[in-house]
Amino acid sequence: MSDAVFALTLALMLLAPMAIAGVALINTGLGRSRSAAQAMLGNLALIAVAAIVFAFLGASFAGSLGLKEVVLNVAGKPWSVLGLGSFLLRSLGAAAPQAQLAVLFQFLAVAMLVLLPWGSGADRWRLAAGCASAAVLAAIVFPLAAHWIWAGGWLALLGANFSVGAGFLDAGGAATVHVIGGLSALAVIWIAGPRRGKFPKEGLSTAMPGHNATYVLFGCLLALVGWVAWNLAGAVIWIHAPLSALPGTAINTLLSASGALAATFSVTRFRFGKPDASLCANGWLAGLVASSACAAIASPVASLFVGGVAGVITPLLVEVLELALSIDDPTGAITVHGAAGLWGLIAAGFFAPQAGQVLAQLIGVAALLGFFFPLIYFLFALLNRFVPFRVDPDGERMGMDLHEIGGGAYPEFVIHRDESYR
Amino acid sequence: MKYAGLLVMPTGFFLTLAALALFPDPERRVAFVLCGLAVEVLGLVVTVRGHMQSRGASQP
Repeated sequence: MSDAVFALTLALMLLAPMAIAGVALINTGLGRSRSAAQAMLGNLALIAVAAIVFAFLGASFAGSLGLKEVVLNVAGKPWSVLGLGSFLLRSLGAAAPQAQLAVLFQFLAVAMLVLLPWGSGADRWRLAAGCASAAVLAAIVFPLAAHWIWAGGWLALLGANFSVGAGFLDAGGAATVHVIGGLSALAVIWIAGPRRGKFPKEGLSTAMPGHNATYVLFGCLLALVGWVAWNLAGAVIWIHAPLSALPGTAINTLLSASGALAATFSVTRFRFGKPDASLCANGWLAGLVASSACAAIASPVASLFVGGVAGVITPLLVEVLELALSIDDPTGAITVHGAAGLWGLIAAGFFAPQAGQVLAQLIGVAALLGFFFPLIYFLFALLNRFVPFRVDPDGERMGMDLHEIGGGAYPEFVIHRDESYR
Repeated sequence: MKYAGLLVMPTGFFLTLAALALFPDPERRVAFVLCGLAVEVLGLVVTVRGHMQSRGASQP
């Protein structure tokens, strides 16, 4: 890697946290006003815990700094399943520039990952449990995924070892960050249960809209800046894209988000008579998530199509999850990050130039659903026995702000009584 | 029921791994991978139904 490419990639990595800031704002805005301070503090606390745990343990298992790895020999082929680098990032200074950038990318990825289930557990997930889950994700789940997909693991080497396309492609973290984040959100929602009053015994589910649409929509704008930087940096680091490919990747990211927003806007306008702001925000984000898989390898028209499909799926699946499956997901992370990420990964297989890429992407999807989801669920269910996820009913009634941190986000505003608690 | 579904999902994943290890020809590999994914989806459906049942039973 030349000095110029290193400097450019490092500069992009400094813009990528904008995506994390955008998701944090969206998480806060889609929750209730009486839990806003706890939600925002939780965003910071979870990032801090994840960064510390990843530095101590996770980075070693992710294996981007080389050294050793656990390799199984099955059917005459090597299957690299776990990295074994030095703990506490001791070999970071001596590593090649490319490896150092890879580790920096992984730090940002794990910070983004832990925020996704946090938003879905809004208004009932305790801060201590959120921090504990962030530690589990940063120590075990994310390092495994990062090694398999990015750091020379068996999924990355599907092409070299089994002649399946160019190996599993995930330049922007659609799998390692977003699908795993969406699946973690589903596990948290099932373990913590729905918000009190969300699904009454009789009648439809209760609408609990987010408390600040401006936070949510500004978060989407902020996320765009970060996402463009994220996809460009990922393309350079993970698939060694040349500099000449980067403007196209940035345009594809914007087109994917735009296609998704246009689709969600149209679907909600058609279904409800007026466009829905929070669903449109979800659609925009779903387009960005899908672009994480596709932007570096698809054409502009293909990116627009991928985003458009993500934008159609999003409002429909949000409705199905809530009304048909009784899944209370305040931020829509299962749909926006999980489903849109899966769609982007599969679409990347169709639009990649290599033959056999669809099969490689399907094998990656099978690993995400068949290995990582059960692993996350069992780890979280075990964690729930030691650090209960759900706040007690009194805390839920008075709001997470007062119960967990002793003060509200908007102390000068009158907080209205919630009709669902009658 | 939900744990049964969660245990079925890795079975589909192992089918996918078996496809890689056992079949060098693309057609059978694709068929096995698709079967593996179908088993995973089946496991997910069972898990979702298990959760809906347990939630319905625990509702006041």
